Amino acid sequence: MTTEEKHITSYSLYARVLIILMVLTAITITAPSLNLTAFTILIALVIASTKAGIVLTYFMHLKIENTLLRIMVIMVLGIYGSVIILTFADYIYR
Amino acid sequence: MEHTEPDRDDIGAKLGMWVFIFTEILLFGGLFLVYAIMRHRYPEDFHLASRQLNTFIGALNTLVLLVSSMTVAMSISAVQKKDKRMATILLLITLLCAVIFLVNKYFEWGHKISLSLYPGSDLMMQLKHGYILFFSLYFFMTGLHLLHLIIGAIILGVALAKIRLGLINDQHYVLLENGGLYWHLVDLIWIFLFPLLYLIT
Amino acid sequence: MTEESYPIAHPSYLVDTGKRKGIKAWLTTCDHKRIALLYLWSIMVFFIIGAILGETMRTELFRPGQQFYGPQTYNAIFTLHGLIMIFLIVIPGLTVVFGNFVMPIMIGANDVAFPRLNLFSWYLYILGAAVVVVSQFAGSGPPDTGWTFYAPYSTQTHTNVIAAVSGAFILGFSSILTGINFIVTIHRLRTPKMTFFKMPLLPWAVYATAWIQVLATPIIGITLLMIIGERVFRIGFFDPALGGDPILYQHLFWIYSHPAVYIMILPAMGVITEIIPTFSQRRIFGYKAIAFSSLAIAGVGYFVWGHHMFTSGMSKEAIWVFSLLTFLVAVPSAIKVFNWVTTMYKGSIDLKPPMLYAMAFIFLFTIGGLTGLVQGALATDIQVHDTSFIVAHFHYIIFGGVGFAFLGGLHYWYPKMFGRLYNIRTANIAWGFLFTGFNLLYFPQFVIGLEGMPRRYFDYLPQFTLSQQISTVGGYLLGIGLIIMIVNLFRKSGEKAPDNPWGGKTLEWQLPSPPPEENFSTPPNVSDFPYDYD
Repeated sequence: MTTEEKHITSYSLYARVLIILMVLTAITITAPSLNLTAFTILIALVIASTKAGIVLTYFMHLKIENTLLRIMVIMVLGIYGSVIILTFADYIYR
Repeated sequence: MEHTEPDRDDIGAKLGMWVFIFTEILLFGGLFLVYAIMRHRYPEDFHLASRQLNTFIGALNTLVLLVSSMTVAMSISAVQKKDKRMATILLLITLLCAVIFLVNKYFEWGHKISLSLYPGSDLMMQLKHGYILFFSLYFFMTGLHLLHLIIGAIILGVALAKIRLGLINDQHYVLLENGGLYWHLVDLIWIFLFPLLYLIT
Repeated sequence: MTEESYPIAHPSYLVDTGKRKGIKAWLTTCDHKRIALLYLWSIMVFFIIGAILGETMRTELFRPGQQFYGPQTYNAIFTLHGLIMIFLIVIPGLTVVFGNFVMPIMIGANDVAFPRLNLFSWYLYILGAAVVVVSQFAGSGPPDTGWTFYAPYSTQTHTNVIAAVSGAFILGFSSILTGINFIVTIHRLRTPKMTFFKMPLLPWAVYATAWIQVLATPIIGITLLMIIGERVFRIGFFDPALGGDPILYQHLFWIYSHPAVYIMILPAMGVITEIIPTFSQRRIFGYKAIAFSSLAIAGVGYFVWGHHMFTSGMSKEAIWVFSLLTFLVAVPSAIKVFNWVTTMYKGSIDLKPPMLYAMAFIFLFTIGGLTGLVQGALATDIQVHDTSFIVAHFHYIIFGGVGFAFLGGLHYWYPKMFGRLYNIRTANIAWGFLFTGFNLLYFPQFVIGLEGMPRRYFDYLPQFTLSQQISTVGGYLLGIGLIIMIVNLFRKSGEKAPDNPWGGKTLEWQLPSPPPEENFSTPPNVSDFPYDYD
């Protein structure tokens, strides 16, 4: 049988992560009222990506998983990002 | 116990779940691509149409999902610490969050439908193109997300039952881990849906 | 069958050892070898149906004008022919048959990582196939969109598109689950001493394929759901009347369907890479180059989808980028061809049927690949777009490449699968019919395509008559070759096969033919290099 050694993450770490996520949510809700126009969507996406990164790292345990999995996640996101860029190569110039 | 299961491979099971999560990311990825292109084509309409959505309900659902994500993650720690009672409470909170999310969504969708803001309605056909596409995307994306939320809740319900029966314990908890991973995926997608649909004013 | 000759301690996997017997045992099996055969039988049945549909189209095209069915029937038949051949045969084909049967043995594993999921994938495959078949008979008439389901026609035609699309969706799900299974198998179940670079090259190809299955198929899944949404709810994503964009459908469709071409061809290349060293009795040339070129094809192949859309109204800048990327993806394919030919150089070549198929593969795939570059170049693509040149090109890749590799693999591993030999002379004759018939059938389509014969037309101008008739004759020769081959393989009278009839070096040849239910009772010893012939 193959099992990994146990990493027990403490409750308090999860609680701290939740607080950070909630703060980021609060920022993203209030950001549009600052009237930053073109930057609003950019800020929203940056915050969302940060939140996603935190969920992946702590809740989904990428921090303690093996390197292979981290490489795979980066590869998948890289491929998806390239697909978006290539599709926009059509729409931006059309 | 271990000697009777030579084929058990928890790392493999988790790797399988991760690869499945990759497919889910690209499934939603297709929708986000459509969203990005339509928003690029109709920025003004999207801007105005998104005002029809209730930011408060969206924010509430965001918080509900974040809390539920935390409790799922904590329940794994509880199982590892052989704290069956704590694990049960944490998973019940998660499922309660799922129910709150569903109730919110019911009222939110119900309100939109009562205003005839759904794909294919007569009112919809007379609106500007960007509005039509925005609401189609809204229903398509949140609908697919809802389906995943329900599936995730069912998996976690099974995990809860298995914890009660002692089938998930501090030696065997890969099902709970995988259910948790799926639940975090549901959360991840909502993290992007929320600002893109509700907050682009 | 020769299963009686094995000691009772290790009966062959073809013998029922469990409580269930006969067909029940097969339908509930979790053994990767039996599941491979389940797929093989289903694929053979669908292939025969698809081939018969193809032959009726060739017969209809024997003379200009209507022979025995009209345009609507012709449209429905080429749609069904495409659906069956693409979604039911070549996309799953080599992966599910050889990936299931040989790949776990080659890496020294006893089964795939998730055996029950593997069986479930087969049931999904059958369910998806059944839904596609139902779409032909239920509702408002068989779909007439072509296998591509291009919007906005697919969202407006009154034929039964929803059922066909749902079938394709289910088949995609089956494909994804197989991909997940194989990725985890190759990562987790290699026998302890086998590192990634001691692994034979078929598992490498299957691994690269599995990643495309996992990362590209969901895109077609969501796109097909959008087609259903478009038809049922009028969501308008692809409907210009509601502000949508039909070209967006083409983007989404080809984001999957171009990588799908690599889902088909990569395992085919893997099979060829196994056959050539065995029958040349020579070390494979450039092992790492072949392994990495599989990954490179998978990687670059993901980003070339736009070359299907040069005439659709994409921006010039996008066309330019996609054309460049298309030329890039030809490089790793050419590396493989170079390596195969170099492996054969100075080898002691043994022209057994698998080798004949492998050599035919190299020849036909090269023609298919080079004519692909004609379409990757912007100016020439405008001329040949939507002509029978395209039909000829992708049949050279899909039938000449994937199909011949499938038949080569079948002849190669047949003794291992069934423990019997086939008649080699008859197999060579069948190969001769297939090779001649194939070229007669598709080569004239290149010529008349350049002269302006459009694809998907049930009728044509009189000047194309001679070429069309050569094609039809070629089609019949091909059919005769297939019949001879099938009869030769599946009549019940071959002599018992030795464990290693071809002198192969990979692990499957160290097992009895057919292998026992449990492949390896102890993890096998692995040499430093999988192809040590020298």
